[in-house]
Amino acid sequence: MAVITETPDVEVNGLSFGYGRNGHRITDVSLSVRATEVCCLLGPNGAGKTTLLRCLLGLLKPESGTVRIAGRDLGTLTPRELARSVAYVPQSTSSPFPFTALDIAVMGRTPHLGLLEAPGAADRRSALAQLDRLGIARLADRSFAALSGGERQLVLLARALVQQAAILILDEPTAALDYGNEVRTLHVVAELAREGHAIIMTTHQPSHALTYSNRAVLMRGGVVIADGHPDDVVTGESLSDLYGVPVHVTGVTLPPGYDRREMRTCVPIPTPWSDPQLEPRTRNSDH
Amino acid sequence: MTRPAVPTGTDPVTETEQNGVGEVADQSVGQGVGPSVTEGGDPAVQDRRPGGRAAASARIRATLGDHLRVVLLAVGLLVLIVVSFGLGRYTLGPVSVVRVLAHELFGLGGDVPGQNRAVVMDIRMPRILAALLVGAALASSGAAYQTMFRNPLVSPEILGVAAGAGFGASASILIGLDTTLLQIISFGCGLLAAVLSLTISRVVGKGSLIILVLGGIIIGAMFNALISSVQYFANPETTLPEITFWLFGSLARASMHGLIVPAIIVAVCLVVLYAVRWQLTVLATGDDEARSLGVNRTRIWALTIGASTLMTATAVSVAGIIGWVGLVVPHLGRFAVGPSFSRLMPVTALIGAGYLLAVDDVARTASSLDLPLGILTALIGAPFFVALLAKAGRQWL
Repeated sequence: MAVITETPDVEVNGLSFGYGRNGHRITDVSLSVRATEVCCLLGPNGAGKTTLLRCLLGLLKPESGTVRIAGRDLGTLTPRELARSVAYVPQSTSSPFPFTALDIAVMGRTPHLGLLEAPGAADRRSALAQLDRLGIARLADRSFAALSGGERQLVLLARALVQQAAILILDEPTAALDYGNEVRTLHVVAELAREGHAIIMTTHQPSHALTYSNRAVLMRGGVVIADGHPDDVVTGESLSDLYGVPVHVTGVTLPPGYDRREMRTCVPIPTPWSDPQLEPRTRNSDH
Repeated sequence: MTRPAVPTGTDPVTETEQNGVGEVADQSVGQGVGPSVTEGGDPAVQDRRPGGRAAASARIRATLGDHLRVVLLAVGLLVLIVVSFGLGRYTLGPVSVVRVLAHELFGLGGDVPGQNRAVVMDIRMPRILAALLVGAALASSGAAYQTMFRNPLVSPEILGVAAGAGFGASASILIGLDTTLLQIISFGCGLLAAVLSLTISRVVGKGSLIILVLGGIIIGAMFNALISSVQYFANPETTLPEITFWLFGSLARASMHGLIVPAIIVAVCLVVLYAVRWQLTVLATGDDEARSLGVNRTRIWALTIGASTLMTATAVSVAGIIGWVGLVVPHLGRFAVGPSFSRLMPVTALIGAGYLLAVDDVARTASSLDLPLGILTALIGAPFFVALLAKAGRQWL
């Protein structure tokens, strides 16, 4: 099913950027992401994940290196051309004005409209279709600000779909969500990749990379330290090293009836072992 | 499964139209993701009750309702205009007013009494046109500033324009200039104030919106101090009352020839704001998001600030300082058609024009004196704003 195109959708070569003298910086980052890939950016706070995303969105101008979007240099694309290829799903959005969910979703049509044009009935219909696709058409008339975090995230995802961009960039899409909404949102993301989107997302949960992505990029101090299939690069050692806490990656066997039998997940190893709160239970279950 | 549309290729709207909303619904997100989705019965992803869809597709057609609202407002405004022509010491019925207007503007109907003609065309026409012009200008620039600054508490005075224009007018009265020169100098000083605020934000804050607001407060305070010093040096017998009355806002000075240039400026600015209506709406959700949706922020800011500032300076140079219209009327518009600037702007301009015309009707008929407009708009606006805070204030805090 996977459509492997000749040119990667996103190709980053030797990218460097720094905020002032002591700010965060990324150095010599190279990365390419193709259609159907879900690329998870992992790394501690300040590793440069968001800086990298902002460079890909054209919000920051790199000091050196290139970003190519579907083979074209990002610097040569107008903001509108870029918006037709790359859609951005922020963690959340806020406006003091009572926009409805449909108002927010229809904004995805902006790069396809003429500069002097406002969206019409056809645009609202296409926005509604995407809300419906994500199962939230019933929220169309509700005030966006009054929605729950999970509903808001789905509306923002719908807006990105309305944008019809091949590349989706998600900045910690599940950071503010409860467990159920987190899983639901990631299911949608994985499904979109299967349909042919190229997806780049940052996350603080390594298990997202193990469960939902087919590509993991580990960053620290503004440098890519590992890049490959999650099975290869998201390991106990690499995570322990990346975050500076002991982490164990283990396999889980699912009961029959699921298309997957084996899954990998990670658990932090509680330290110190002498912690009286933790030790007795662990020891009991071992014997 | 197909790949999402190529950036420049097919038009996705036509695609969706062919599919229709109903069919799109069938491409379930849950499909193939894993049994946990289909078994889990999760409400967020799976609830596609037809009722919800019907309600939402009503929203698509609701633009018709929005158009209807604009038409109703326009009709209401026309009625108000006709009534306003009749109001005053020499009262005229609506029929007489319509007959004069039809004869003078369109050459329709028979001759009308000369006195009616003089009252309608010479005395009331300039003042009514000025009220419509100033009201529409203040209200739409207020709506534009509020949307651009993402702040519902912003008013057109935000960049110090009103204080600057007020200083220009006061100084002109102090040195005894005529109305035309007063308008030009007042307009120029209003623009100067905005340019100074923008310079502060560019030099100090690298274009930050918060520094721009602070710059506006600083420049506004400076020009208000200059206004006070002009008043301090003014002759308390002659120029001081004139300056004070002008600062309170009044349309008594309005004349037909004095309205031509302001009308052209306001018309051009309204066209500019209408042109950026959607891009400005998208900007109201945030800088990064708007840019990732292809909006050229710098260009939209420049056009919005330019048009709103020109309109505010024009309004103040014609009518003095009339507060509250630009702050309160955009909220009325938002109640009527929602926050999207593309719907908000025409409605706000209509309501603003009608609101100021109604207030001016009160100003010129309530007593034998011509009451200052700024005082009336504040007296009406303040309690209204308290009601507004009680109703919607929680969203802002």
